[in-house]
Amino acid sequence: MSALTQASPAAAGQTGTTVLKVEGLTVDLRTSRGTVRAVDNVGFEARAGETLALLGESGCGKSMTAKAVAGLLDPIADVTGGEIVLNGTDLAALSPRQRRKFAGPELGIVFQDALTALNPVYPVGTQLGEAFRIHHKLSAKQARAKAIELMKRVGIPEPESRVSAYPHQFSGGMRQRILIAMAVALNPRLLIADEPTTALDVTVQAQIMALLRSLREESDMAVVLITHDLAVVAEEADTVAIMYAGNVVETGRVADVFSNPRHPYTKGLLESVPVNAERGGELNSIPGSPPELHNIPPGCVYQSRCPMVQEICRAQRPELLPINDDGGSAGSHSTRPATATALPVTVRAAACHFSEELDND
Amino acid sequence: MLVYLRKRILSSALPLVAVIVGVFALARLTGNPANLYLPLNATDQMRADFTARHGLDQPLLTQMADYFGGVLRLDFGESLRTGESAAAMALRAFPATLQLAATTMVLAIVLAVIVGCWAALKPNGIADRISSFVSMAAASIPDFWLAIVGIWIFAITLGWLPTSGVGGASAWVLPIATLLLRPFGVLVQIVRGAMVSALSEPYIKLARSKGAGDVRVVTHHALRNAAAPALTVAGDLTVGLVNGAVVVETIFGWPGIGKLMIDSILQRDFAVLQAAVLLTAIAIFVLNILIDLGYALLDARVRPATVKA
Repeated sequence: MSALTQASPAAAGQTGTTVLKVEGLTVDLRTSRGTVRAVDNVGFEARAGETLALLGESGCGKSMTAKAVAGLLDPIADVTGGEIVLNGTDLAALSPRQRRKFAGPELGIVFQDALTALNPVYPVGTQLGEAFRIHHKLSAKQARAKAIELMKRVGIPEPESRVSAYPHQFSGGMRQRILIAMAVALNPRLLIADEPTTALDVTVQAQIMALLRSLREESDMAVVLITHDLAVVAEEADTVAIMYAGNVVETGRVADVFSNPRHPYTKGLLESVPVNAERGGELNSIPGSPPELHNIPPGCVYQSRCPMVQEICRAQRPELLPINDDGGSAGSHSTRPATATALPVTVRAAACHFSEELDND
Repeated sequence: MLVYLRKRILSSALPLVAVIVGVFALARLTGNPANLYLPLNATDQMRADFTARHGLDQPLLTQMADYFGGVLRLDFGESLRTGESAAAMALRAFPATLQLAATTMVLAIVLAVIVGCWAALKPNGIADRISSFVSMAAASIPDFWLAIVGIWIFAITLGWLPTSGVGGASAWVLPIATLLLRPFGVLVQIVRGAMVSALSEPYIKLARSKGAGDVRVVTHHALRNAAAPALTVAGDLTVGLVNGAVVVETIFGWPGIGKLMIDSILQRDFAVLQAAVLLTAIAIFVLNILIDLGYALLDARVRPATVKA
């Protein structure tokens, strides 16, 4: 496995350096009911050796954000604004052809459902070797050898014989390992994991997350983890960006955000975790549901469900601004950029007019 | 594999018997061949002699039993017209039909894959609209009409192509063009539909995430997945060609199995008709086995368990 990690010396980055910087990313969808904004002015930063979680409910735009970064949007979706800077190159400004050169060597993506993501009619070895055939112009035989190495690296037993097997002949967990192996084949600097464990059993989930963590540490990748699972974020992520209705509503170090949420939505999410639930008692939940994309109000995106809603929330959308972190136990963050866009997620920021008034006792 | 083949052969024996029985009975509804083969002023004695000589005076069931007895000994009877072995006549005519059908299907599949993929790349785009119109028209034009119009324009008015017969490449153009249109039209629609759905599958996104371009995505990832439905329909269409060449072969005087069938019906040449139908039925049966093998080749999921890795 070391042969693979050593294969790209140029990729060696320092832990903590910024690998991906997304600024003002906006994605519009062309639907039968007109154009709607699925991702609105989203900014975040992913750093080498760290995991950034994009956390939110279904339909909040987290997956769309991931696909926009990976350049895999459906034909009905367009990036209409913003920058996606990967190691100094703005991917959003590239042609599809130029962008393909980054797909694999610089950026890998792990999809949610491995059974549908793998091509059913080719052996896994062929699919694992494909990146080497496309980018390194290896022969079929060399690519197969690489595929076997990859299978070893992600812990698939008997890779020499399993390399010729088809996706349907693997278990769900093994299929997910194969997907991960494919994403890290060319040692990308950035790995996007789009709900990589949603389709799996809980025990297998833990194994897959452990694999992702060890791969990240091995090659100092930046990982962007898309998830709706608060527990996964708490265990795996260093920083978190919480999304709601296409907007980032709160960012920061996971420990800070979870111990001292500064946005009512984050607070609502955390309170809905049944920690001290009583048998037969009502579970906490956030009343209502997120606004539909074609019906997002002009003011704060969370106004219809927010217990603290005021007049100004309906009139003016709050910007994602740095906030005073008074309640958290985590250390202080000295830098406080003046601009609102693309705050490093290590900086505590929230998009709420009343974030200072949120009561976390 | 052998187990599979044996099972297929056994399971197709019954339909083959049914086909023979059907053809045997229906052919005899066309009337007594004696009326056709003897002069108008033939005496009753001559008619009776003719009928008895060919065993046509026996009850139908007896005739059928005799025929099946013959089939088991690979004796398919003789032609009333020429006295030649019916099996030999059918086997001699068959390659002409097979050549015509094979050439047509290969052309239809290649063209349909190209046009279908082109249309599927941008659903509802201009290419898609054009191909949808053309394929719809191609699939709905009746072959006999097209054949006659083709002969009228290219053979009679322009004089570019022969009206009928074999020999030379030019003789192939009109029959193939006539036969090609429908399979092409149907297949374009199938390929297009299967490609559109294959291209929207998650595995296409995975391929793109590895840096695969449009060409690789279409030819490598989508096409093989889209091939199964196209194969099913192509198989049906080929069966239709082997059978339906009857019209085209008759119009263009192509000496194939279709023309032989029509001729032997008109001549009440029962043994030849039966041999021709039986041969066609066997060809269709073989074709179906080939299609099944094709599925297994394309997609590991439909391979029998014994072949699994």
